[in-house]
Amino acid sequence: MSEDADIRVGFVPLLDSAILVSAVVKGFAREEGLVVALRREPSWSSIRDRLAVGALDAAHILAPMPIAANLGLFPLSPSLIAPFAMGLGGNAVTVSNGVAHELEQAGAVETLDAGVVGRALKAVVVARRGRGLPALRFGVVYSFSGHNFELRFWLAACGIDPDRDVEIVVLPPPQMPAALADGQIDGFCAGEPWNTAAVRWGAGRLATVKARIWRSSPEKVLGVSRPWAEDNPAALDAFVRALYRAALWCADKGNHAELARILAAPRFLDVDPQLLMTGLTGAMEVAPGRIITVDDFFLTAAKAATFPWQSHALWFYSQMVRWGYCSHSPHNTLIARDSYRPDLYRRALRGLGAPLPGANLKVEGALLAPTPVGAANSSLVLGPDGFFDGHIFDPDRIDDYIREQMAARVPDVRGG
Amino acid sequence: MPASPACLGRAGAVPRLDGVMRDADLSILVIDENAIRAQIIEEGLRAAGHVRVSVVREIQGVARTIERVSPDVIVIDLENPNRDMLESMFLLSRSVQRPIAMFVDRSDRAAIEAAVEAGVSAYVVDGLKQERVKPILDMAISRFNAFSRMARELEEARTELENRKTVDRAKAILMKSRGLSEEAAYRLLRTTAMNQNRKIADIAQSLVMAAGLLEG
Repeated sequence: MSEDADIRVGFVPLLDSAILVSAVVKGFAREEGLVVALRREPSWSSIRDRLAVGALDAAHILAPMPIAANLGLFPLSPSLIAPFAMGLGGNAVTVSNGVAHELEQAGAVETLDAGVVGRALKAVVVARRGRGLPALRFGVVYSFSGHNFELRFWLAACGIDPDRDVEIVVLPPPQMPAALADGQIDGFCAGEPWNTAAVRWGAGRLATVKARIWRSSPEKVLGVSRPWAEDNPAALDAFVRALYRAALWCADKGNHAELARILAAPRFLDVDPQLLMTGLTGAMEVAPGRIITVDDFFLTAAKAATFPWQSHALWFYSQMVRWGYCSHSPHNTLIARDSYRPDLYRRALRGLGAPLPGANLKVEGALLAPTPVGAANSSLVLGPDGFFDGHIFDPDRIDDYIREQMAARVPDVRGG
Repeated sequence: MPASPACLGRAGAVPRLDGVMRDADLSILVIDENAIRAQIIEEGLRAAGHVRVSVVREIQGVARTIERVSPDVIVIDLENPNRDMLESMFLLSRSVQRPIAMFVDRSDRAAIEAAVEAGVSAYVVDGLKQERVKPILDMAISRFNAFSRMARELEEARTELENRKTVDRAKAILMKSRGLSEEAAYRLLRTTAMNQNRKIADIAQSLVMAAGLLEG
């Protein structure tokens, strides 16, 4: 079992564990000569602790986690690196039927458009406050998650202060639909299949999706224990190659039904495979029976979906500073940037003919259309990668970005 | 907020003077969905002289409990899916003001490994001296291990009972269909198992299943 494994890898049962799971189940790791022990984990805290004590060598983890770990923000902080990304996109914001109705009355038809829905949500928040109703409560899966930061980014850009005007709580993703149905929360931002599950079970409707808040944006990465990576460079390279080939397999539409069946098995997600097809195809069920196809809902290979852009790491860092999770300093900026390791991605994939971006960072949100970019080996098309509010993030100007966002914090209308 | 590796949360550490508080005065909160294990740990803590022990089964409303009992140490099952929620409370909640760190001395790798191995996770108020918390952690680890052993033994006993029932049914089938004595039926099962290099219970299981198919 795991004693004989070359690499012990943890995962949380979510759709975006697809690349990791298929790398093992479809034999890509074996073809690289690796024995992989997969371990399903009940929480991100548990994955982190096992990485910290060396009970796991690597894991499918939330993209901000290696940064938070290296900045020492956890109760127990392992030293982690991210040499590979587990795809782009994949999340959605789901609201209760009651809130969906209020959004409709405030002018948001079911479009998933982050700007339109966000403006309506602002009106709902103001109206509820006027009627003396409690603030809306949103669930996210973890503090250091893309979910928390994209929800906060979206709310703030729509004039809703995420700390003052709403309440954000942490819940395990599988508990979200029931919590929404029970009225414990009014909405949530989580990965698939839990948005689709909430809609199918009649608990709520989709408000918007990650791909409409920030297109082609980062979500999970392969987090690797830094000491393990340093001691096992050959195994790490082989594992990254296996993951890359699995990512290509996952991206092939002809494999989606099989992939859904694999992931649905009891030892992985243990759900109905039909719940997984929406996220894989991007044909999102926004309300029972109503489908909207979202381009780029979840990408596993196209647009350099597995490349660990350091500009992604720096954007997460900027949001951690923005919301008070850590202080900003040149030292912390470097720690955040170097948590992502595009050099190791290139080292592993050089011989594979994979398109390898020449840059480590890019200006996020600058591409409004698919754009060919410079890459070694073969052609690479990136974008569109826009933020819904039209702003861009230039990692070379991160100080200005942080300053402007902090200054733009919505003044408290209640004077408190 | 400074990115200090030793503390989480907004407020500064509450200063404590060594020796002013006896260890028995430490406030300990046990969060465990498993009622039996929670009881085993609570008993252990009380037997060790701790009087300020609180136990909660559900994570719902735990922020209020934390506010009320103001724990110095929180012990929680490592596998509890609600740990992410608990940690988010330490980070940003307005109700939990105290900085809480995991394990007093991060250099004590062996202690951390033992805890993870046993399935215990503990959160400790920052600034608390290791020698005051170590006995609590050690106790929690040994009680978690004892509980796991108990659960394993119970599972083994249950399997054993199931197996015995299946063998009895297989014997009855052989006695009826082949006109064998009970002893001969058992000998036949044992010989078949030995020849096929399988367990008697497995052979019995196959026989019972096959008989069920033939009857149906």
